[in-house]
Amino acid sequence: MKEKRQKPQDPNQLLSRDSWFELGLRTLFPFLGVLVALLVSAVVLLFLRVNPLAAYAAMFRGAFGSMSGWYQTFVKATPLLLVGLGICIAFKASVINIGGEGQIIMGALAGTAVALRFPDAPAFMLVTTCLLAGFLAGAFWGFIPGYLKARFKVNEILSTIMMNHIALQFMNYLLSGPMMDPEARSAGTFLAQTARLPAGSWLTRIVPQTLMHSGVYIALTLAILVYVFLWRTTIGFRIRAVGLNPQASLYSAINVPVNQALSMTLAGGLAGLAGIIEVLGVHRRIIEGFTGGYGFTGIVAALLGSLHPIGLIPASILFGGLLVGANTMQRAMQVPAALIQAILGLVVLFVSGSTLGIQQIIKKRRISVTAAIKEDQS
Amino acid sequence: MRDIFSFNVLAGVLQTMLSLATPFLFAAVGETFSQLSGVVNLGVDGIMLLSAFFAFYTVLLTGNIWLGLLVAIIVGLLMGLLMSVVSVTFKAQQGISGIGLQILGLGLSSLLFKVLVGTVRTVSGFRRMRIPLLADIPFLGPILFNNTVLVYAAFLLVPVSWFILERTTLGLKIKAVGQNPSAADSVGISVNGIRYLSVCIGSALAGVAGASISISISNLFQDNITAGQGFIAVALVYFGGWSPIGVMGGALLFSFATSAQIWLQVLGVDIPASLAVMIPYILTIVVLTVSVNRGKQPAALNKQFFRGEN
Repeated sequence: MKEKRQKPQDPNQLLSRDSWFELGLRTLFPFLGVLVALLVSAVVLLFLRVNPLAAYAAMFRGAFGSMSGWYQTFVKATPLLLVGLGICIAFKASVINIGGEGQIIMGALAGTAVALRFPDAPAFMLVTTCLLAGFLAGAFWGFIPGYLKARFKVNEILSTIMMNHIALQFMNYLLSGPMMDPEARSAGTFLAQTARLPAGSWLTRIVPQTLMHSGVYIALTLAILVYVFLWRTTIGFRIRAVGLNPQASLYSAINVPVNQALSMTLAGGLAGLAGIIEVLGVHRRIIEGFTGGYGFTGIVAALLGSLHPIGLIPASILFGGLLVGANTMQRAMQVPAALIQAILGLVVLFVSGSTLGIQQIIKKRRISVTAAIKEDQS
Repeated sequence: MRDIFSFNVLAGVLQTMLSLATPFLFAAVGETFSQLSGVVNLGVDGIMLLSAFFAFYTVLLTGNIWLGLLVAIIVGLLMGLLMSVVSVTFKAQQGISGIGLQILGLGLSSLLFKVLVGTVRTVSGFRRMRIPLLADIPFLGPILFNNTVLVYAAFLLVPVSWFILERTTLGLKIKAVGQNPSAADSVGISVNGIRYLSVCIGSALAGVAGASISISISNLFQDNITAGQGFIAVALVYFGGWSPIGVMGGALLFSFATSAQIWLQVLGVDIPASLAVMIPYILTIVVLTVSVNRGKQPAALNKQFFRGEN
């Protein structure tokens, strides 16, 4: 410290170094959370008489140990990224969207209905319409809780959870009734799934012999677009302002409820898109349980990516990998994939518990840096 | 159609209603304690799941229902402690930490169930306990006084909680901490201490709620057996205006909706099952929208307390 005082430093340099420090801290802590969660889960595994090292090794091998593992990871990361992007937008307006699951379902149902209705439409048009329908249906499902929050101050966490259950039952109803696969009906199996979608609606598989589909590109493009939207457009600015300081936004004539409802609608749209992309790219029909819990895992990925669209990309890949690895682990070690869910819960608890600590460290550091700068200038 | 409205059916609906109200009552009255102290515990559903599993597993191994209940309470307490550490000591945003607790409970209960039990198995849980004389009252007697111990306990919990909250120093302290933590702090009430206690009371009761599902109502465990009942319980606290009695009204409304829906299906009324199952969830949203009790909301609800800063 004494050295510094003798030799005046460029304040800008000090500040920029400081922001790197902040970025590092904000990025590092969540990953520390993953490590802690893995450690705690290791204890659970020991209790279940499973060697945690072997289990984790199997998990890692499955996700990242081979090219096909990587492709599967990317396939799972795609919906996580899309859902997570929506959660980022909502979070920026301090709205918590737990409704990913329901929005995924509604998006998938709407897109599927379009694809089944117009099987002979030109491929490009059909795919675009399906994606649009998915986005709109998801957006509608996000708009309802968004509107209820804006208009009646209905707690959005509770309402989105209820919307999830309603969507799930609605899907169950359609899959066992109006939208049931006619073949399953005539064959008498009564499988709860829709008919196979027309080939024109499929998203191209970009790597032969794998499930890797072109939805990955859509998700990555949207990550950049959402970044631009939030930090380079007026609406994006308003949304962030509402989250950062609702009081100040009010005085600057930014309509807080409207922007919160808007952020929820966009979040729903992105989750709806995730749903239809998952259907068009992977299953090519709606099957029971196709959502794979992405609506919830997306929240965890968003938290881990520091609620930043770009930070979300590595976070989704990590969690996509965990999901793929969990399946490998289940096959190799007979450890149920539900372990991942327990890990996710611990990650959320850790990340939410450490947020304030990080803020305080950063605050202290900022004060000392400002003091140092002042000293240099005097 | 005529027999749908017969006395027997009505009695069936009402008795199912009382039994289905049990988990709502325990969880929502517990959550009332937590919220009155200023902490929204959204992890209730996760606590219920984990407690439901442990209660079920204990009964499966030992056959002792009381031990199962005790284990459920202990599991609830531990989860409540975890929630308190993260949300009160480390001042996490309560919405997020609660969801974390829920995901943890869901994942852990599912993992343990798959590893330790594997298949659907039933246990013999709490039995109906007929209260002599009272149960002989025509029509109402068998409905009200021929239930399991947990049903009686749940309804007894309502006046007891009311008394604690309205007529004791502890209740006053809990509400003070939820209304104005700084003021409470300045007269020497430990804000964090009271919040720890309230969250733990709530979580222990959520534990009982879980046990009431797995060893009293269903007598089995399966993945995500609560199906979001814990979240509905949180919504009931808003509906009930943060009072145990209001919460009881809400719990009865919800269990009546569920019970009526089950009976409609049993009687073979032709509505698709999945649409009928939707009803309580839609009802929750409606109830949250029309709840007129917002004025009673604890002022410091969902807000972290920083000593000496506000």
